[in-house]
Amino acid sequence: MAEEKEEAKKEEPVEEPKIGVYVCHCGINIKNTVDIDAVRDYSATLPNVVIAKDYMYVCSDPGQEIIKADIREGKINRVIVAACSPRLHEPTFRGTCIAAGLNPFFFEMANIREQCSWVWEDRAANTEKSKDIVRATVARSNLLEPIEEKIVDVVPETLVIGGGISGMYAALDIASAGYKVHLVERLPSIGGHMLQFDKTFPTLDCAACILTPRMVDVGKHPNINLLTYSEVEEVGGSVGNFTVKVRRKPRYIVEKDPVTGAIVCTGCGLCATECRLKKIPNEFDLGLGLRPAAYLPMPQAVPACYTIDPEKCIMLTKGKCGKATLESTREAIKRIKSGEVTPEQVKDEIPLCVATCGPNCIDFDMKDEIVELNVGTIIVATGTDVIDPNLQPEYKYGVYPNVLHGLELERLLAPNGPTQGKVIIKGKEPRDIVFVQCAGSRNKQTGYEYCSRVCCMYSIKHAHLIKERIHDANISILYQDIRAYGKAFEEFYDRIKGEGINFRRGLASEVYQKPGSDRLVVRGEDTMLGEPYEIEADLVVLATGLRPADGVEKVVEMTKLAQSADKFFLEAHPKLRPVDTAVDGIFVAGCCQGPKDIPDSVAQAKAASSASLIYLGTGKAKLEAIISEVSEDLCTGCRTCEALCPYDALEFDAEKKIMKVNEAICKGCGCCGGTCPSGAASMRHFRDLQIYAQIEALTEALAPPS
Amino acid sequence: MATEKEEFEPLIVGITCNWCTYAAADLAGTSRLKYPPNIRLLRVMCSSRIHPSFILYSFARGADGVFIGGCHPRECHYIDGNYKALRRIELLRRMLEQFGIEPERLRLEWCSAAEGAKYAQVVTDFTAKLKELGPSPLRSG
Repeated sequence: MAEEKEEAKKEEPVEEPKIGVYVCHCGINIKNTVDIDAVRDYSATLPNVVIAKDYMYVCSDPGQEIIKADIREGKINRVIVAACSPRLHEPTFRGTCIAAGLNPFFFEMANIREQCSWVWEDRAANTEKSKDIVRATVARSNLLEPIEEKIVDVVPETLVIGGGISGMYAALDIASAGYKVHLVERLPSIGGHMLQFDKTFPTLDCAACILTPRMVDVGKHPNINLLTYSEVEEVGGSVGNFTVKVRRKPRYIVEKDPVTGAIVCTGCGLCATECRLKKIPNEFDLGLGLRPAAYLPMPQAVPACYTIDPEKCIMLTKGKCGKATLESTREAIKRIKSGEVTPEQVKDEIPLCVATCGPNCIDFDMKDEIVELNVGTIIVATGTDVIDPNLQPEYKYGVYPNVLHGLELERLLAPNGPTQGKVIIKGKEPRDIVFVQCAGSRNKQTGYEYCSRVCCMYSIKHAHLIKERIHDANISILYQDIRAYGKAFEEFYDRIKGEGINFRRGLASEVYQKPGSDRLVVRGEDTMLGEPYEIEADLVVLATGLRPADGVEKVVEMTKLAQSADKFFLEAHPKLRPVDTAVDGIFVAGCCQGPKDIPDSVAQAKAASSASLIYLGTGKAKLEAIISEVSEDLCTGCRTCEALCPYDALEFDAEKKIMKVNEAICKGCGCCGGTCPSGAASMRHFRDLQIYAQIEALTEALAPPS
Repeated sequence: MATEKEEFEPLIVGITCNWCTYAAADLAGTSRLKYPPNIRLLRVMCSSRIHPSFILYSFARGADGVFIGGCHPRECHYIDGNYKALRRIELLRRMLEQFGIEPERLRLEWCSAAEGAKYAQVVTDFTAKLKELGPSPLRSG
């Protein structure tokens, strides 16, 4: 039926094109290097152009009004604006057309700014190029067809990927607005890097004190489905209805009753106390502290459910723990659960953790579980990791134990860290401490050329926190520039300077061990004094920068989000659409988009949730209108396109022996049109004839007369 | 008709995908990078939309060079359209030679939306290369 309607629509007589061309000065952006009058006058000579005007800023309200008036008065039925990129203002002018009652697909942009006036200075050459671009656009405009846009319902749920400060805030805002949120975190607890910090700059708030209540809010929120120790595996569909597969990794400890949802593991911690393994480096402490195989990464974890490390637990790796084997454990657990025996009676058949677990929540047979979700929008908040300090071997990280990076020092300073907040290196307090700024960042050799934006401030904070603990410490900060750009940052920097910290301009070139001692020597050049320095130190701290978190490539593959050159996610517009992406309905928040501090991350999270709520609140989203079509008359049923379609959107009609496009699945790449040998498969708005017309117009001066 | 090679200004028809190379060309503009004014871009949604006949038609009409731009491998907005474009263009290149068109007149590049500088460089190089090759044998204007 739908197809018949489509056919009928095509047969409606399309009104003879009456094209209006509006050449924009864009202030001086175009006008300075393109002769606007010449382009306007030339436009007027092109086929079916009935109006050619120029205006200072066509995108402005009065500019758009000129177009609207011309449409409403019936003077034109096609619009061309010769101005900036369609990637910037095509949506604006499509809106103008809709407002004046014209099908928006009769609008076309001639890009004479980004691709002409801005990239060459020769006015004559630019004017000729602009004329060519407008001529090709007019040729195309003459062949445009109206397209109806489809509106779909939005599933009123959101997926948030990443449970750090950004993901948590995005989830909380959407959940509090009354919509369901699925928050996926790959680690056993939410909290992210912020929970690893002692204090935050510049206010010196206790990071855990301000964060953990919010973690509890996330854990308890009735609208948040918290999926920790889980990873997103697959993302399909499009805005309004994404289909998502999430892999829940087995904790080997039951978190909640699968039927009632009641909490099973109470987080009592007896399994960890009894675990035979005690000396596994704790990832949360970056290996500076130790944990058992059954563990909670940090005391404030949400959910407060223990996890058994499958790579370390001897029952899971060797099938045996003490006298108990997997087999004997399975049997014994069955009997305990049926009430036949008490754990005490079968204590030789079960490992210590099972024997001590009151709620009987340990299950060594737990398997991966795939959760399938349907969501309307997605917020990516996958965060950041520390740049590998080994990329600068001259700083001897990993060679000397008294060379640490910033996040490691943070764990030593934190009261929930391995030293309970004491700075202790090799059993004693360091006296002479040197910070080396821009470790990894702003460096062509490491490949991280950008500024990581937080290291200046965190080192200044660290200097203060060490002074609080070790009053007579001698602290030097070796920097190339101090970037105290944020609210109250400069004031904080000033205050810490007054605490007797030695700020020296000139990065270290080398760290080496003083012969016959375990003290270090930091060598470099003071660029203020123009002379070399050597500073002795008990502790060298590398102020390492930030990079996109591990696994970001997988997210890119699943979501098709674009990355900028630094591998952080690329926003749709650097100024005006900072949390939108090239994929409708997917937003980014926090450090996955670029290094930022906590307030900026929270601000972006709230922006992303607000952008998401537009879809959830209206419940409607526009579907891609520019999709493929197959002409029944031309298709020979060769099925070449079928195998090439990346979405399996082409189906073979066995009765008619031709191909059909499934409009709900087609995403409009046009691959079928690029491959069809008979010209039957074609793409709306990018039809073969439209493209040929553009090529013809561009090569007008070169071709032999036909 | 240009006879001296110094005076010859080649005309390049460029066809790029919306998501990567067209965006790279926009970024080159926004960053005010400079490259010769010889290229005119057509936009399609994906490089896999580019039927080989678009390229052949451009040459038949006398274009001195054809530039095709897509997303980097594994970064295609439509999963793997760029791989399909790559295969088609490599096959087409062999055919061009048989038509008497130097295969260097057809250039395929991947520029991500962040690679404005790469786009500007590629167009600069390609324009220089075409100046070296001289006008297309099929050009009459």
